[in-house]
Amino acid sequence: MTTPYRRKPTKAEVRRQKMEELIVYPFDWLEERSGLVGGVRYFLFRNVPADINWMQTLGSAALTAFLVQAITGVILAMYYVPSADIDPHTGQPVAWESIVNITDHLTMGWLVRGMHKWGASVFIILMFLHMGRVFLFGAYKYPRELNWIIGVLILVSGMMEGFTGYLLPWDQTAYWATVVGINLNGTAPFLGPWLAQFLRGGQVVSGYTLTRFYSLHMLLIPGAIIGLITLHLYLVIRLGVTSPPWSKDAAGGEPEAEEAPKLRPGLTRPVPRPSGASAMQAEPGGRE
Amino acid sequence: MEPEQPSTDTEQESLHEEAHLPPPSLWPIGFAIGIVVVLVGLIIDPLLISSIGAAIAIVFGILWARDATRELRAEPITVEPERRETVEVEETTTADQQGLADAPVTRSVFLEGATLGLGAVIGGLIVVPVAGFAALPSFLGQTVHKVDLGPIANFPLGKWFITTFISDPAEGEVSRQTAFVRNNGPVANPQKPSEQVPSFTIISNHCVHLGCPVQANGPTGLKYTGTASFKEHTANGPVEFESVIPAGYGCPCHGGQYDPEGNRIAGPPVRALNRFSFEVVHGRLILGAPYSVSHVVNTGAQAQIYKYKEANAGNHVDGPEQWFYPLQPPQNQ
Repeated sequence: MTTPYRRKPTKAEVRRQKMEELIVYPFDWLEERSGLVGGVRYFLFRNVPADINWMQTLGSAALTAFLVQAITGVILAMYYVPSADIDPHTGQPVAWESIVNITDHLTMGWLVRGMHKWGASVFIILMFLHMGRVFLFGAYKYPRELNWIIGVLILVSGMMEGFTGYLLPWDQTAYWATVVGINLNGTAPFLGPWLAQFLRGGQVVSGYTLTRFYSLHMLLIPGAIIGLITLHLYLVIRLGVTSPPWSKDAAGGEPEAEEAPKLRPGLTRPVPRPSGASAMQAEPGGRE
Repeated sequence: MEPEQPSTDTEQESLHEEAHLPPPSLWPIGFAIGIVVVLVGLIIDPLLISSIGAAIAIVFGILWARDATRELRAEPITVEPERRETVEVEETTTADQQGLADAPVTRSVFLEGATLGLGAVIGGLIVVPVAGFAALPSFLGQTVHKVDLGPIANFPLGKWFITTFISDPAEGEVSRQTAFVRNNGPVANPQKPSEQVPSFTIISNHCVHLGCPVQANGPTGLKYTGTASFKEHTANGPVEFESVIPAGYGCPCHGGQYDPEGNRIAGPPVRALNRFSFEVVHGRLILGAPYSVSHVVNTGAQAQIYKYKEANAGNHVDGPEQWFYPLQPPQNQ
């Protein structure tokens, strides 16, 4: 083992080196067997155009908001009971009582439910802001049209999450908002009434509607959103990030020879990339 | 034709580059069939069928073992000689080549097809019942909930009551509904004019715009209407009757307005309020299935009701817009 020290390393230096080896060891172990560490680096330390700005963080912000919803939702599901039955002791519906319990009695329940409730609006708002940014920057144009389409599907799924989640408190607002929302679907021509009856799980909003919306809200739609986000990110990585419209590159100008490596190194330090990926990044079509 | 003789057809030769192995043994399949028979026999007849299955399994097991250990026991392995038809050059027309290219289903092609085919079958076996279970209960078995509203003697002639009842006791409080009920008194039976039958107006409070609960516009209770409110306990649980003098009905959500017969007079609703069919059994008023109404002419017992099959809120039942809603899902079977 070659040591950079001319003098004999002190005991403290040896200990420090051993500690570092110990810390690195599990990552090396994982990398050797899976390539995951390299994969994560490839994902996080991508080259991006030098002139990107803060508005291009809105997508990550929306992703963060979704993760907050997912995590708080999982915890809320531990305490929430999707039952339209009446509790014989209190005369109140069980679902509504469990919401009251979460909010008023369980430690920090008010906080997590609040995060989930307000975070829902944050998620939708951030998706719209992200969409506006993509639209105004022209980032939906070739070759990124497919990512726009996937983004729209995520937005629609997010709104379906809002619609199904709104029923779960099972109070008067929830009930009548769902009656109206389902009947709005029911006015669609031809298949509207069928869609409405499918959503209700019958002819009227009932306990079946509540359990079905709960299942859609916490299993089906989030699963779909996770899959769509995966596709969305895959395309972001594959196609790279667009320059803003005021960028010289974006105007189609050839970068000057001196500033040819206009790509800023990764967030913290340069990372060697596979040649295929950097070729993709430097592709003129890939950068608008 | 000697197997060693090289073929003149080079294209054909390229198909047979890999070495010839002994043909796959059929004994394991026989062994598996024996096991299946044993298992089926365990259900049907353990003594007879399982014994047959065990015999099959043992025989084929031995054959399989013999086959598998042939090399160990230094028996020569019979390799099928590489057989190839020599084809005269002038005979190899394009049609022949076409036939040769199509004819042999290679193992990889067969396995690919088998994987896709079996995958589709298994996928279908899972998806069809699951999708059916997700969708069909919403449409099939939707029954009419008959609601007992108590003796018709409770209802003074020509007085309206805001009637609240539980439509399905099995479902409980969530099925609570409201209807506006008025006793129109006896009228002549349309089929048999000599006979008198009771007549009631029973209007659903579900707004036909988007389903919010419409309210009666007018005074309620004994003090203002001169008619006492009352309660009844029937097979459907508690039923409440609050007396009212409605000048019409109004929806709190989007401002739809209706006259006392349920005709739309203002706002976004697309038709008149739904009504309930009813029957009188042993002197008790029994609610039946609701139906949709485009409009009503006249009032009370003289009302001419333009009836339609129950339609979703917001769906037109008459006029050109009705063509947008040609088929309503099955209800009230």
